[in-house]
Amino acid sequence: MATATTTPVQDQTIVEFDVRTDEMLVNMGPQHPSTHGVLRLVLRTDGEMISEVTPHLGYLHRCAEKIGENVTPIQFIPYTDRMDYLSGMNMNLGYSLAVEKLCGMKIPEKAQVIRVIIAELNRIASHLLGMGAYGLDLGTFSPFFYAFREREMILDLFEEVCGARLTYSYITIGGVHDDFPDGWVERCGQFVEYLKPRIEEYHTLLTRNHIFVERTANLGILPKELALSYGCTGPMLRGSLDREAGDPVWDLRKIEPYCGYEQYDFEAIVGPFPERPPQTVLGDCWHRFYVRMREIPESIKIIEQGIKKYATAQGSHRVELPRHLPPGEAYVETECPRGQMGFYVVGRPGKDMVPLRVRARSSSFANLSVTNAICRGCLIADVPAIVGSIDIVMGEIDR
Amino acid sequence: MTAAEISAALEQEFGARIKSKNLEVLDPFVVIEPGDLVDVCRFLRDNPRLRFELLNCISGVDYLERDAKKAPKAGFEPHVEVVYHLQSFSHKHRFTIKIILPRWKDGKEGQLPEVPSVTSVWATADWHEREVYDLSGVWFTGHPDLRRILLSEDWVGHPLRKDYEFPLEYHGIRGR
Repeated sequence: MATATTTPVQDQTIVEFDVRTDEMLVNMGPQHPSTHGVLRLVLRTDGEMISEVTPHLGYLHRCAEKIGENVTPIQFIPYTDRMDYLSGMNMNLGYSLAVEKLCGMKIPEKAQVIRVIIAELNRIASHLLGMGAYGLDLGTFSPFFYAFREREMILDLFEEVCGARLTYSYITIGGVHDDFPDGWVERCGQFVEYLKPRIEEYHTLLTRNHIFVERTANLGILPKELALSYGCTGPMLRGSLDREAGDPVWDLRKIEPYCGYEQYDFEAIVGPFPERPPQTVLGDCWHRFYVRMREIPESIKIIEQGIKKYATAQGSHRVELPRHLPPGEAYVETECPRGQMGFYVVGRPGKDMVPLRVRARSSSFANLSVTNAICRGCLIADVPAIVGSIDIVMGEIDR
Repeated sequence: MTAAEISAALEQEFGARIKSKNLEVLDPFVVIEPGDLVDVCRFLRDNPRLRFELLNCISGVDYLERDAKKAPKAGFEPHVEVVYHLQSFSHKHRFTIKIILPRWKDGKEGQLPEVPSVTSVWATADWHEREVYDLSGVWFTGHPDLRRILLSEDWVGHPLRKDYEFPLEYHGIRGR
């Protein structure tokens, strides 16, 4: 705890007009429940007001990039699961695409369709957990259980295709590890039908909940220019964009389609929203949350189209990887639930399967760096609301 | 704009200050001197035809073959590259800038090579440069607060250097 010096007051009569509260350093985390893992924030406060937030990272650092320099790409796939452990499939996909781009591989249509279905299911699971945990941060417990009820069904579906419930390593270089088991597609369709009416319930529980709106509206406002300068992407950036002001619909699935996303009919969610509560403004915590919620039905649309495509998709679910990683370098970004996740792979000039360098560009890392800029001037009690709306996963930040 | 047009626009503005370019590879890039970095980056961000508003990634890559027998056939001279991956929000194109540095400044082992910081151009460079300094050992001059970000403050060495030795012990915790 540190105190700032105050000037002694000369005239006793003006004391009550010149009261200066001491600055105080408050340590939050790394074991605070609202920091979503092991994030430590040092808050410099003036009374109840925040004047500076300093995040301290690295409690979960495993130097995955160094590991990537010592193992072959296939062996590195399980490490990518453990980066963003809430959307392991999307992490697998990003790294696989980077290696495939370097090797110049062509992926069969069937593998592409499976990848899209799986990646979108994982996006729903991740957004559901993000929604539930955000409710938890703000003091409401029940959305968390409803979110887990639905997420559990997605995990059951994942368990059927790959045997794992959190760290899948299912999407791999050259395609996916196995084809869907018998009857899986029907069960996936049943789940989608089950989930659709539930989304309206979440909106009733949280989005339009008066207390929730009061806690998140007009808070932690992130203007577009600031978001771009800090490299914020994903729902964080989309919550600050205004389609009517001519901002592009910034979603990598739309602007740089990969895995055949251009054949699917879906929308990228960008404000403004006519149904927003009147207290909210563009770029506040409520908008970031709402963008995530609106992305769930869009993912459902993609899954439904994917199921139709799967029935007629040609080719195998996997192709063989070349024996050697060619020299050169490839940088690929994919749209993960939390933003643009990039993988940069550099091959060795000789005939070798082990890359020279693997770099993971984490979306949460860039999103979190804006915390200090948007927390300044808010109350201590609002810090969990702002940090929660960024929806960070520390495994991805620390890598 | 295509990579060739972006590179042509850079050459038109900076002429011989663009050291080399390679447009045939998967991610086309130009190589520039460290001294020109801030000027080039500001031009890339502010030119209305380029508008690179997003700095996606800064990576430090250490080129070194540790095995003395393999070193002559490694296919590269020992050096360090700092790679900047840029993306335009307005025009949706991508480009890459590279800076090639000696592994150690003035050839003295332990002296980190230096690059000017681009935090004045993109605020996100703050954390990315701290990470590159922390893990790859590149010093960014003019950075407002260049300290380690992922490793603890008293850590020795930069793990993504190829000649990094794993510590046997850290504060009484055995390393292996």
